[in-house]
Amino acid sequence: MHKGYAIELANVVKRFGEVAAVDHVTLQIHDGEFFSLLGPSGCGKTTTLRMIAGFEYPSGGELMIHGRPMATVPPHHRPVNTVFQSYALFPHMTVAQNVAFGLKMKRVPKAELGARVQAALDMVRLAGFAERYPRQMSGGQQQRVALARALVNQPEVLLLDEPLGALDQKLRKEMQLELKSLQHRVGITFIFVTHDQEEALTMSDRIAVMNQGKVLQVGTPTEIYERPTCKFVADFIGETNFIEGKVVEQGDEYATIQTPDGLQLRGYTPLPVNVGEAATLSLRPEKARLILPIHARPDDAFTMPVHVEMITYIGSDTRITVRLNEGRTLDVWEQNTLSTLDRNAYWQPGEAAVLVCPPANALVLTE
Amino acid sequence: MIEAQPQNQPARRAASWWPRLNSGALTWGRLSLTLHAFLMYLFLYGPILVLVVFSFTRDEFGVRWTGFTLEWYVRMFANDRLMGAAGNTLYVAFVSTVVSTIFGTLLALAMERHRFRGRTGVDAVIYLPVVIPEIAMAVSLLAFSALVLEFIRVVTGEVVRRSFLTVIIGHIAFSISFVTIVVRASLKHFDRRLEEAARDLGANSWQTFWRITFPMILPGILGGALLAFTLSLDNFIISLFLSGPGTSLLPVEVYNKVRRAITPEINAISTLMLAVSITLVVLSQLVQRRR
Repeated sequence: MHKGYAIELANVVKRFGEVAAVDHVTLQIHDGEFFSLLGPSGCGKTTTLRMIAGFEYPSGGELMIHGRPMATVPPHHRPVNTVFQSYALFPHMTVAQNVAFGLKMKRVPKAELGARVQAALDMVRLAGFAERYPRQMSGGQQQRVALARALVNQPEVLLLDEPLGALDQKLRKEMQLELKSLQHRVGITFIFVTHDQEEALTMSDRIAVMNQGKVLQVGTPTEIYERPTCKFVADFIGETNFIEGKVVEQGDEYATIQTPDGLQLRGYTPLPVNVGEAATLSLRPEKARLILPIHARPDDAFTMPVHVEMITYIGSDTRITVRLNEGRTLDVWEQNTLSTLDRNAYWQPGEAAVLVCPPANALVLTE
Repeated sequence: MIEAQPQNQPARRAASWWPRLNSGALTWGRLSLTLHAFLMYLFLYGPILVLVVFSFTRDEFGVRWTGFTLEWYVRMFANDRLMGAAGNTLYVAFVSTVVSTIFGTLLALAMERHRFRGRTGVDAVIYLPVVIPEIAMAVSLLAFSALVLEFIRVVTGEVVRRSFLTVIIGHIAFSISFVTIVVRASLKHFDRRLEEAARDLGANSWQTFWRITFPMILPGILGGALLAFTLSLDNFIISLFLSGPGTSLLPVEVYNKVRRAITPEINAISTLMLAVSITLVVLSQLVQRRR
């Protein structure tokens, strides 16, 4: 196989009229990687994918597949295949004819064609469905036909445009794992477009988070979740509490911010900050801890006296909304590690508590 | 156990095919609605029924029922003039259908697929032949053909008469609109991502059209073609204006015969034309429904 990057985008721009749907995107996607483009609808992730597929040509910038410039190569001459959101199976062809289409276009000899179609259908566990028509199959089965139809061509890169969007929750989870293991088996680079952060975290080797045509951050799921570099990423991936303030002290990796009402909080800085800058502290609800006031030592740093306001029991977790003394509310999630019906084991509304916010668990962000 | 069933159930069930007329109150509103529907169908289909029935009567004026005969059909088939006109009609219908289907389909593809200058203008003009009075269309086509024929005479010195060519061109002129309407409707339902999928799988534009787009819109194209064929078969005004010597078409021929006398032979040929038209329309509906 080729060395280096499977896909390279350098300052790629796509304008529709005055609007830049994709705005100077630079990405390097490794060979054999499961790479996700994640973002809200309209963020440019699908347009980026369509440019890689060849359905749209970039208005500017450089696009390469395995080092070959691709900007104006038409889709049928690109070594990539796409799994469409709506599957786009040919309704007038059987499953076998659908899967054979790409091979026929490449004039693969008949004997080889039959064997490869069969192998592709085996791979997606649809061996007995060759003679069915797409309309006679369920959504999940159609999805697997679309996968087989793309993979049978042995593309260098497989593009997936929200392929699980139309499936119900349970099937979706199954397909996520199935896709992931399929990618391991075939060893092809997958580029996966989704707006579902959980899906992206579950499946990807690396994720690019996009918003308004720009790539905000690229990283592994852990990096994206634990070390978001801006407010948008921290907010879009998972849930978080934001506390606004101003940087008053700045160290090597940590900084302290002060809120307008005088509260001082410390957190890790993924990007350097300057004293006096406006900044936001991001604290994930599962990374904060609530303790009873009697357990708090008065000299404890980074604690806040709070009142429990609302309790939501969701089985695995208890979600607690607490009110800080000056009126702000924060969310704290506690895992239910004890199995008990004893009401005293849980927090009660109105109860006084102390919120512990260790600096290593909080982030100070300036954007 | 059988006795335990409610007694009125069988009675109700038996009545269910006759919708509510004899169950519940028979109101005036319901009665007048039923009467209205009955009369509507009578006025619509009564004359046709009479026509069909009297094509089998022995009565030579074709207005009274004096017994069953197929004599008029036999005479009709033996009538060279009528059969000649029928042959002309089929010829004109066939040629104009083939040409207008090709052009209509191309026009529909251009309108649905491409943005070009003057597209809105073309869009408005396409449907003109459908909405303008046929007589206006016929007169304009006649005037235009006269102009062209005169031009040919002046330039080449040869006298050219109206012929099959002029009739066929006239029929094509109005058929294209109908074909375009039907094909555009099927293109509107067509999912363009199927074409992208084909391109993605290595098909060029030509292969994509013939393997994906064409088979998918074929029902629409066939439907449009059958419609064009039917419209050409029974067209009267344009045929009358544009046909030349020796190119008389069946509807015109029937009209000429009727002016002299109504005979059951006319009923017979009309019944036959009716049967052909209905068959074609039903066929076009079936073809379009099949997906």
